[in-house]
Amino acid sequence: MSVLVPRSLSEALDLLRSDPSATLLAGGTDLMVEINLHDRRPRSVVSLSRIDELKTFHVGDDVVTIGAAVPYADMEHGPLAEALPALAQAARTVGSPQIRAAGTLGGNLGTCSPAGDGLPVLAALDAVVDVVGPDGDRHIPFNDFMVGVKRNSLAGGEIIRSVSIPRSDCWQGYAKVGSRNAMVIATASLCLSRSSSSVTVALGAVGPTIIRAIDAESWLADACDLSLKVPSDVASEFADRVAASARPIDDHRSTAAYRRHAVRVLARRLLERSES
Amino acid sequence: MTKSSPPSLDYRLTVNGRPHEVQDSWIGESLLYVLRERLGLPGSKGACEQGECGSCTVVVDGRAVCSCLVLAASAVDSEITTIEGLGADQALSDVQQAFIDAGGVQCGFCTPGFVVAVHHLLSNHHDPSDNEIREALSGNICRCTGYGRILEAVREVVVRRRSS
Repeated sequence: MSVLVPRSLSEALDLLRSDPSATLLAGGTDLMVEINLHDRRPRSVVSLSRIDELKTFHVGDDVVTIGAAVPYADMEHGPLAEALPALAQAARTVGSPQIRAAGTLGGNLGTCSPAGDGLPVLAALDAVVDVVGPDGDRHIPFNDFMVGVKRNSLAGGEIIRSVSIPRSDCWQGYAKVGSRNAMVIATASLCLSRSSSSVTVALGAVGPTIIRAIDAESWLADACDLSLKVPSDVASEFADRVAASARPIDDHRSTAAYRRHAVRVLARRLLERSES
Repeated sequence: MTKSSPPSLDYRLTVNGRPHEVQDSWIGESLLYVLRERLGLPGSKGACEQGECGSCTVVVDGRAVCSCLVLAASAVDSEITTIEGLGADQALSDVQQAFIDAGGVQCGFCTPGFVVAVHHLLSNHHDPSDNEIREALSGNICRCTGYGRILEAVREVVVRRRSS
């Protein structure tokens, strides 16, 4: 039984190699709730909170790379927010200031909840998850990384190092519906990115994974000239098609029907915002 | 909530500038639990245990966080400030005094978390707008006051600090 706090990624990989069943700890906002309330009993823990390499980000000309342990608070303002406004919008909806000071993109990816606030942004912006492991580095497109409800494609002994997001001149935006403004888990969330010739849309909390609405994306690009204002009837049909791609369920937070409705509204709203 | 299954953990935490030895600790103990039950620092309050109420707010390495969501044994190299570390020599801090003056304390359960959050806010923003105050305190829940007098207390601290 141990809680180990490695100072480097190679040290963390060694610890995982010698104890493959160790639980990885990022910001703690998921794991500690499971321990406090759901009787999770970790045998040993490797904390990723003191590894400098995971706590840095780099805004490059072509790619923004965000270390897995950078907290959401650091995405709300400053260089990351300027480079990735949709990520900043998503970060501001995460929990509360206390949660944003602790929670990380790496943690969101490790947990891989469909309601993870940062994940639709990664899906819409074609992010790549950078992973290190005993067999070397892997660079996994986000849309291949998440494979189910709280399931990802990490192999044993692997650690999420960073997320790489290509930069572009696209307009990008994020919106979320929940039962209140602060401290809320998404009922539905949506990220939309738009260039003069294409649009990408990703949906959160309305299916077992984050869903890219690829049929609606290609339909819109064919149906109109995206360098111009989208006609109202086309925008409506686009929103209907995005809603049709959702796979929501009824649960204690919402009905499936409301979630689908919310997706329709958010898709239309973000398309309109992209023109204002 | 202690579930000590040997072998247990021994480690050292630095709280309010002082080292504290933690012995025979269960691996999953939260910082909140260790502060209250092992270190004799019961000022931080425990309610939701899931980061939703803010009553356990402390400052860890310069960031205000919920101590219920910090794995205590992972905070061995961190600087931790709790409500007990604010104010000087048993005296109230200016934030605590302003809460009393404005009537921002009723049952008092949420107060330590609010006071820590307000100190943290004002150490980064000397003159926050109303929206910035509301946003900074959006992770702290109060079921008594309706928040109006708490906001009033924060504004009063800003005024008093400016004139002092």
